[in-house]
Amino acid sequence: MEILQTPFMQRALIAAVLVGITAPAVGIYLVQRRQALMGDGIGHVAMTGVGLGFLLSWSPVWVATLVSVAGAVTMELIRAYGRTRGDIALAMLFYGGMAGGVLLINLAPNGSNANLSTYLFGSLSTVSPADVTAISLLAAFVVLVTVGLRRQLFAVSQDEEFARVTGLPVRTLNLLIAVTAAVTVTVAMRVVGLLLVSALMVVPVAAAQQVTRSFVVTFVLAVVIGTAVTLAGTVTSYYQDVPPGATIVLIAIGVFVLLTAVASPLAARRARALRAADDAPDVDVPSARRPTDEVTV
Amino acid sequence: MVTVKSEHAQEAAERGHAPRPVRAREPRPLPAPVIALRGATATLGGRPVLRGIDLTVHPGEVVALLGANGSGKSTAVRSVIGQVALASGEISLFGAELRRFRDWSRVGYVPQRTTAASGVPATVREVVSSGRLSRTRLGWPSKADRAAVQRAIELVGLADRAKDSVGALSGGQHQRVLIARALAAEPELLIMDEPMAGVDLASQEILAATLREQVAAGTTVLLVLHELGPLEPLIDRAVVLRDGCVTHDGPPPRAVGQHALPGHAPEPLTDSSCHPHAAGEPLRTGLLS
Repeated sequence: MEILQTPFMQRALIAAVLVGITAPAVGIYLVQRRQALMGDGIGHVAMTGVGLGFLLSWSPVWVATLVSVAGAVTMELIRAYGRTRGDIALAMLFYGGMAGGVLLINLAPNGSNANLSTYLFGSLSTVSPADVTAISLLAAFVVLVTVGLRRQLFAVSQDEEFARVTGLPVRTLNLLIAVTAAVTVTVAMRVVGLLLVSALMVVPVAAAQQVTRSFVVTFVLAVVIGTAVTLAGTVTSYYQDVPPGATIVLIAIGVFVLLTAVASPLAARRARALRAADDAPDVDVPSARRPTDEVTV
Repeated sequence: MVTVKSEHAQEAAERGHAPRPVRAREPRPLPAPVIALRGATATLGGRPVLRGIDLTVHPGEVVALLGANGSGKSTAVRSVIGQVALASGEISLFGAELRRFRDWSRVGYVPQRTTAASGVPATVREVVSSGRLSRTRLGWPSKADRAAVQRAIELVGLADRAKDSVGALSGGQHQRVLIARALAAEPELLIMDEPMAGVDLASQEILAATLREQVAAGTTVLLVLHELGPLEPLIDRAVVLRDGCVTHDGPPPRAVGQHALPGHAPEPLTDSSCHPHAAGEPLRTGLLS
């Protein structure tokens, strides 16, 4: 296969697989907490990190990681402690992060909006060997946290108050989810771009849960869907010269629509069966007539 | 252990309920109370919600916290488990000051919820398993942990639904899942906030039977109730709150109706410092609403 022989495509495919695994693995907890758009917020903040990386001539991936971790921790603290208008505070953070990124990259000697757009929308040809190393390390961290602590993260995301009463370190676990989400954003930004990162965290999970009943199966299926769509999108963008991020997200949405269409009739039938089972009377009502009764009219 | 059949227990027996021994109130060496709340005050959003509450629950007791909406019952139980910070007063659990209390596996908490579901599908077993985390903490569940989860699911009669998504359950079944989650840790103290709210009759009966088993096994129970309902025979003592003050602490009001009001109860508790305007005024407990 010619596609596997070009070094930049090899790097792009490795990055794509890692993104396909990590984004839904974190995203499932965000969806569970009904914070599906948190990834979007972190993506905006990460732009300041990219700009700062260009300005200081440091690796944009690592600087973006640091800045988005700081942003995610701030968002989590606002969520946990903010009593007044948390949404306004978050809006400040999102737009401040985006504006900061645009400003900083224009101040940078070798930066331009063209550079920024490769981070905004993803660009396979620019994934450097150093990026692959960084992405692999960050992805390992994400998998370790999301799989190793799945029971605890599940409990905290399911019912935070109850989790506190079980004595779990809820504050730490919440911060861990925020940090892991931030790390995932920077893992994914080279492939799908910062503006579409959140889609890859949410859409595979949303697609998977159309056909699943348990958390574990949803987790596995979302990761499978995530990996499949990132690979499919990457290969498509190689042959068709279309931007990878947009292609990946549109394929993911296609999978969601397909699974929803398949699942809806199934779910309706299952619900009917359950209702019928629940409604079945368990009292033995003697019938008025017995087979032996002789009834004559 | 010395137990004295109180007036209340005899009455319960006359009504055909199984009498539960009620501890004598004579001075005798009592084990440390499971819950001790002293002079608790709390405010929510600047509004005083608890205005000096004393609440003591002894081992093996079943105490119902009654009162109208906004009387502070939920706030009182949530302060006991450390989810509402007190402005003043003291709380201890199992003889340890709440701030130093770490033994959370001894406490099973059933929060006031209408659903056990969240943004992602989860099976009954997955949700109930999270209750076991007070014992497994950051470790992996052992065979014994899985067995305890299975027992908890069986206790609430959902064994055949264990692999179903909680999203597919009825309101009463959701409540049973939440109770199984609390029971998964095999707690010595059950704290339940309105466990009967929005629960169909069939589920109410199952919940009452589950609770009866727990109580028979010696579990201490503190529950917030809007009305006594099918749990009435289980309850040793009722504490009625009104406007953040305790207005009654004694045998549960006997029946739903005029005579159920705490003013008619054998041992009305009047605390003039807390409730100066209570005398002569009819009490609204929410039992009739």
